[in-house]
This record gives sequence, structure tokens and C-alpha cells, in this order.
Amino acid sequence: MNNNMKKRLIRIITGAILLVAALLIDTGQEWPNIVLFLTSYIIVGGDIVLRAVRNITKGKVFDENFLMALATIGAMIISEYAEGIAVMLLYQIGELFQSYAVDKSRRSIADLMDIRPDYANIKKDDEIISVSPEEVKVSDIIVIKPGESIPLDARVLQGTSMVDTSALTGESLPRDVGPGDEILSGCINISGLITAEVTKEYEESTVSKILDLVENASSKKSQSEQFITKFARYYTPVVVILAVLLAVLPPLIVKGEEFSEWTYRALSFLVVSCPCALVISIPLTFFSGIGGASKKGILIKGSNYFEALANTEIMVFDKTGTLTKGVFEVQEIYSTSISKEELIELVAHAESISGHPISKSILKAYGKEIDQSIISEAYENAGHGVEVVVNGKKIIAGNAKLMKLREIDYIDKKQTGTVVHVAIDGIYSGYILIADEIRKDSHEAIKNLKAANIKQTIMLTGDKRSVGEKIAEELGLDKVYTELLPKDKVDRLEELLTQTSHKGKLAYVGDGINDAPVLARADVGIAMGGLGSDAAVEAADVVIMTDEPAKIPVAIRLSKKIIGIANQNIIFAIGVKILILILSALGITNLWMAIFGDVGVTFLAVLNSFRALKIKY
Amino acid sequence: MKKRFKLEGLDCANCASKIEAAVSKLTGVKEATVNFMTQKLIIEADDDNMSAIINEAQKIIGRIEPGTKIVQA
Repeated sequence: MNNNMKKRLIRIITGAILLVAALLIDTGQEWPNIVLFLTSYIIVGGDIVLRAVRNITKGKVFDENFLMALATIGAMIISEYAEGIAVMLLYQIGELFQSYAVDKSRRSIADLMDIRPDYANIKKDDEIISVSPEEVKVSDIIVIKPGESIPLDARVLQGTSMVDTSALTGESLPRDVGPGDEILSGCINISGLITAEVTKEYEESTVSKILDLVENASSKKSQSEQFITKFARYYTPVVVILAVLLAVLPPLIVKGEEFSEWTYRALSFLVVSCPCALVISIPLTFFSGIGGASKKGILIKGSNYFEALANTEIMVFDKTGTLTKGVFEVQEIYSTSISKEELIELVAHAESISGHPISKSILKAYGKEIDQSIISEAYENAGHGVEVVVNGKKIIAGNAKLMKLREIDYIDKKQTGTVVHVAIDGIYSGYILIADEIRKDSHEAIKNLKAANIKQTIMLTGDKRSVGEKIAEELGLDKVYTELLPKDKVDRLEELLTQTSHKGKLAYVGDGINDAPVLARADVGIAMGGLGSDAAVEAADVVIMTDEPAKIPVAIRLSKKIIGIANQNIIFAIGVKILILILSALGITNLWMAIFGDVGVTFLAVLNSFRALKIKY
Repeated sequence: MKKRFKLEGLDCANCASKIEAAVSKLTGVKEATVNFMTQKLIIEADDDNMSAIINEAQKIIGRIEPGTKIVQA
């Protein structure tokens, strides 16, 4: 509680004591009690009345200050002193609680975003100076001690260490870094001293981009927030007009009805005329949701995307780099006669004459030095493979076409990747399978998406039909479109967009670099592996900070819960208010009940919105 | 140009949205957002009009929620 809140609490307590005193003291005369009542009222509600008056002079009538002042002064005019003060007291308690709740959630979110580095240690002429991160320039040398946070994106020059990336990715497992590795600002250096060269200025560094995203997230408003803004605009004037009608009409029309009775009922209307519960709890819900999600490594760029994610019907994936690792590696070596080691040694030497990506993958899998002296009669048959004499043996390594061309029988194996067939001295000796690996959590992601009621899961890929279909089948995707050029992807997406229902949305998941146009065209663009990829962070609406597709169903479940909480608050708050209005009009409830209902609703709605911060998956 | 300010003492969510709406309507302002939770006001406007806009924004804030200070962040 800050000083301001303490002052308000003291005023509330003093006012309450005076109110009790006024109710208990009986001197036989009325005026001492009235003096006590008025003193109590001024202490508790003086500032509200003052603000109301000031606002009226500025031409603003219908605000909560005016309504509370009107309701309470009205109560005192009809000699309901105690009630007038009690209403003001409860209102002030409600306001105090609200400030407290907002302050508390601000703090917990500030803790969440407490990744802003305070300083950077620059190394200049063997001296280490501590400066603010903004002052550091690209290619300056910085030193990061164990326990310090990395102030700017940089490349390690010296030292090895473990780095905690959890503030950015939600991933609790630390990463090993050594010379040559990129390190990202916002991570924490755990174990060793690192010397690094700065690669990006502070403004461009990961940490400031992420903080920027989270802070700006509220600028794109959800439908529920827009609804609340509109609702608040009409609700208050309507209730006030109803109150006036309620006070005036029945006594005029029906004989024997007292003005004071109906005025009293009308005052209850004014008490519930503030849309506070909604106005405060809905944005709080979404903001807590954005905070809670970013803690899990899911960046959501606006509260409108919670709605879109919750209503997603079609989920479209890019293949390479999204569902698969995007790295081509030797997956399988099959040898008919010689050992696998011998086979790859021979093939690696043969392939060393080519610059093809496939050759590079084989060389990487071999991992040893190539002995140029044993290679002779090298010939590259472009689009087919290589024919090289290695150690006196004629090696033919290439695709099925090459085998047919040389009339060699080969094992025709349906595979998800590229097969390099090998013949030694004209005899088929086996094959090497090179493929992109499916990410280990892709299966889980697709399964959980289906559990989350996603109607269609679709993959778009530029890859060959056989590869695309095999992967789609393995992952259990509903549909796959293969051999697409980047432009075709947009066309396919346009087509799919027409298949969603009126409220349904389409989400596209890509790794962001070549997918920018498709990401932008989809209802929700989700970029994977936001760390270090600016294009992804820019183009997408939702950024999954880690390389885990399994976070996508998490984001959808989270969005559904957030929308659920927001809807609960809307229905609950409006429902209770309408109920109080009806009961007040009928004279069943009194002012006490009305204010209690109003403050109570706000209290519960705010507590409910706190749940958004702590959703478990 | 984008300028960010801290609104110290911003305590009412309704006022935050009123401030946002009013500042957005000022001439020369491309976009204005008030983030109630982080108490930030971000104004995007042409460089030439910036100082005039900040002045106007200050007046608006004083009117909508007295006691709120606008501080350069």
C-alpha cells in the first residue's frame, strides 16, 4: 500500500468511527448528531463532491463522482444521513480496493517484465567501465559476469557459460554458450565470465523489442474491450435518466405515492450507475493474460488475438522449419556388403567434389578430413549425382535416375527424404537417406490442436509431393498442399480463408523468414522461434519464442480461458447490476444493498481477472 | 516520431480510455495509446507538431484525471 492509499484508509476509518458515534450518541437533541454526520460525510466523501463540482464547471456531468455525490446528498436531504454516509463509505472502500488491486497487478506484471538490463560493462583498454546499455555501440566489447543479465545482443569472443533464457522463452533448461555463439539480451549469464562483441544496439536488441511488444500489446483492442467502451458510454446516461423518471413519474401518476419513497428508490439507481466493474476488470483480464502468456514464451501482440485464437477453426502450417527442424541430416545408412562406416567414407569422398546441399549433409555426417589424394576421375552428373574413383574403386552415388542410367538394380524405398543410392564398381551397395527431421513435439502439437476443437489442420509446403504427403500422414494432418511457390501459398491461403465459418478464424504458423506475406494475410499469423529472427517478430501477431509447435495448442487453450474469464466478468457484472436496478425499482432492496452489490461485483470481477495471470496448462 | 510518457497517478481505467480517445483526436496525432497497466502514454505524431501536442495532451489529462502527472519516459 502506498502513502496515498494509507491516507485514504485513515479517512475511511475516521469517517466510520464518527458515523458510529453519531448513531450511538443520544443527547436528547438532534443537532449534535447532525454535526457528527456532516463531519463524517465531509471526511469520507468531501473529495468526491469537490471533484463533481469541478467537473460540472468543465461541462462534464455524467461521471461517477457526480452520481455518487448526487445519490448521497439526495439521501441526506431526505434525512437518511446514515445511509448517505454508508454509501459513500462503501464506495470509497471499493475504490481503495480497486487501487490496491491495480497496484498489485501492476507490480506482478512489472516483475514479469523485469528483464530490462540496468547497465553494461564495456571493456576499453583493459579497463572495465559500467555504462547504461543505451550508450553501447555495435562492435563494442562487453564483459558479462556470472549472475548478470546480458544487456545487448552480442557474439561471444571468450569464455564459456550456461545461459538462462527463461525470461524470453519460458524454457527452464539453461543453454551452453561458447566462443562464436550468439547471446541474446534479456537472458541471464549463470556460470562463467563471458567477453562478447556487441552485434546490435540496445534499441534493436531482443530485450527492448520484447518489452516494446508487451507494452504496446494493449493498443489492439479486443471486441469485448470495444464493447465495454461503448457500453459505458450509454449505460450511465440511460441509468440516470431512468432514475429521474423513477423519482418523478410514479408519484405524479399514481395517487398516494410519496415523493420521498420514490426518490429513495431512484437513488439506488444512481449508486449502480457506474460501469466500474466492467471498465476495470476486462482490460485487467487481457493484460494479465498477455503477461501470463509471455512468461510461457508466447508473445501475443494484442488482446484482439486472444479472440481470434480462441475462434480458430483452421490451422495452417508451413513445413520446413515449423513442423520439421529445417536442417537436412543423414537419417539412415543402409549397406548391403561393407560396413556403414566404410560406405559413408567412400561416399563422402566421392561427394566432396560437389557443392550440392545433399553432399554437404553427407560430409557433415562423415565428420572427418577428406583425403584428396585418393580421389581421381571425378565427374559430376548435374541433377543426378557423382561418379568418382576413390581408392581405386569406382563409386556411383546419386538418385534413382542415375541408377537407371547406369543400369544398376537398386532398392526402391518410399522415403520422406532424399535417397542417395550407392554403387561400388557397378554393384549396388546400399543407400544413404537424407531428410529433414520432424520436430519431436509436432505430433503432440497436432494431437492437442485436435483436442482443442481445431476442425482442420493443413500443411503448405514447397517440398516434393512424396515428402509432403509422407510427413502429413505421419503427423495426422487433414490436408497437405505440396510443391507450392511462395506466391501459391498466398493463393491457397485465400482459398482456405473462404472455408472458415462466419466467426471462425484461420491461423497460419510459419518460421517467419519467407512466410511474411502469408503470415500477414492470415487472421492470426503465428511465428515460430522468434528469438533472433526479426522478420518473424515483425510480421506475426503471435510469436512463439521457442522452436516448439506444442506451444500453439497451449496458446489456444490459454486464449479460450482468457475469453472465458472476460465473458464471465461481463455477464456477471451486467447481470448483477440489472438485478439491483429491478430490485431497487420495486423497492425491495435499499441503498445499502445496492452499493454493496456494486462494490462487491467490482471486487469479484477484479479477483476473477487475476486468474488470467496464473492460468495453468 | 514516437514519444512515450509515464502517467503517474493514473488510477482509473475509464479515464485511461477517455484520455486515449481525446489525445488521438488532436490534430497531427497519428496514433495515441494509453496503457493503463503500465501507465504509459505513447504518442505518434509529426515532429513539427510534437511540442504543441504534448502541451494539449497535458491539458487533457489534467481535465480528465486531476492529479495525474505526465512525465517524459
